[in-house]
Amino acid sequence: MVEVAAPVGEVPAGEVALIACGAIAQPCGRIVQQRGWSVDIHPLPPLLHNRPDLIAGEVEELALQLRPRYSSVAVAYADCGTYGALDSVCARLGLRRLAGLHCYDVFAGQDRLAAFFSEQPGTYVLTDFLVRSFARTVVAELGLDRYPELRDTYFGNYTRVVWLAQEPDAELAHLASKAADCLGLPLTTVDVGTTGLERELTTLLHPTAAPIGCIAKK
Amino acid sequence: MTPDELLKTLYDETLLGNAPAVLALTQQGLDLGLTPESLLFDSLIPSLEEVGARFERGDYFVPEMLIAGRAMSGALALLRPLLAETGVQTVGTFVMGTVKGDVHDIGKNLVNIMLEGAGFHVIDLGVQVPPERFVEAINEYKPDIVGFSAFLTTTMPMFKANINALEKAGIRDQVVVMVGGAPVTQEYADAVGADAYAADASQTVKKAKDLIQKKRAMVSA
Repeated sequence: MVEVAAPVGEVPAGEVALIACGAIAQPCGRIVQQRGWSVDIHPLPPLLHNRPDLIAGEVEELALQLRPRYSSVAVAYADCGTYGALDSVCARLGLRRLAGLHCYDVFAGQDRLAAFFSEQPGTYVLTDFLVRSFARTVVAELGLDRYPELRDTYFGNYTRVVWLAQEPDAELAHLASKAADCLGLPLTTVDVGTTGLERELTTLLHPTAAPIGCIAKK
Repeated sequence: MTPDELLKTLYDETLLGNAPAVLALTQQGLDLGLTPESLLFDSLIPSLEEVGARFERGDYFVPEMLIAGRAMSGALALLRPLLAETGVQTVGTFVMGTVKGDVHDIGKNLVNIMLEGAGFHVIDLGVQVPPERFVEAINEYKPDIVGFSAFLTTTMPMFKANINALEKAGIRDQVVVMVGGAPVTQEYADAVGADAYAADASQTVKKAKDLIQKKRAMVSA
């Protein structure tokens, strides 16, 4: 069993529990704080990104723990490679999740992401989290540290890396460039910001709330 | 090294994915007078089956599967022409490809290795294979089975497009259609009109063998 990254407190501070993929929990937390929502973030380990078959079970287990102590529980995952398994859990427990197939859809928008793949099917997508944790979440998880000769087995059919930059800075840009070099692919940086995540979180947590920009930030 | 010791060492090195050692031991085995069939069926295939079993148990992960598969591929490249020379009959011919719009081929390649190891003649069309290329390949190679692989929910609909292309070309009845890939399910396979779905490489081999037996039994009946 995968351990829950954050302890589940006895007394929740918020009204809503948000079960979040560890790969997007930090930006979710910042948005929640900025918007002043009464939401507690409960992250699941980000490495589940590489084990999507485990996501639905982990979400279900945590949701069942949290449900008695919150007004509601929401899920900050897209389908994320569960191929409907997460939707089954959500339907069974009456939960809502982020729209889209992956967090890439959330950050960039589904149409924009589809256009990237339409232009070049061999597009490998990175987010800020994946750029920052590339050595662990990509290199080590794929065994490229142990078997560097597998690089082309994994990435030989890819033609570019697209970094969906949410909060880019010089350090992240350098890491993104290094990551693309490591894969032997050209890098395209697309500044997506956090508007997409904020919009989707708003829809998820406050479906009747005013659109982004109409609510004063604390 | 005795022949038995060689077969055992070859098994162990394949398990570890030590490609240079596997290739060298395969050649050494041939030099010792071991037959290509013995090297394949008494060492390489059992080793790859153990790799699959360890993967299922969670003792091995994808990198270990791939590295073992690569080692096996190197040995197969050496043995394939020799097996052909000795007239070993193939189990069947399998045309394989990742569908149009999809570049993912890791799973497909593992399936290919397992199929080859099990005695199939595999023609791999690669990735992003359009329906008309599948049609051409079926006309050219007359395979028993054609396999469509997809890793994305957005490319799975190409299964149906491919099957439509086979129907339009009048060759749908000549070939068994198998589908697979991470998002694919038995229900989806049924919905698009595929003949079979397999969840992983070892299941693909098992189902492919069963389907060919049934097909041949129907022809001879």
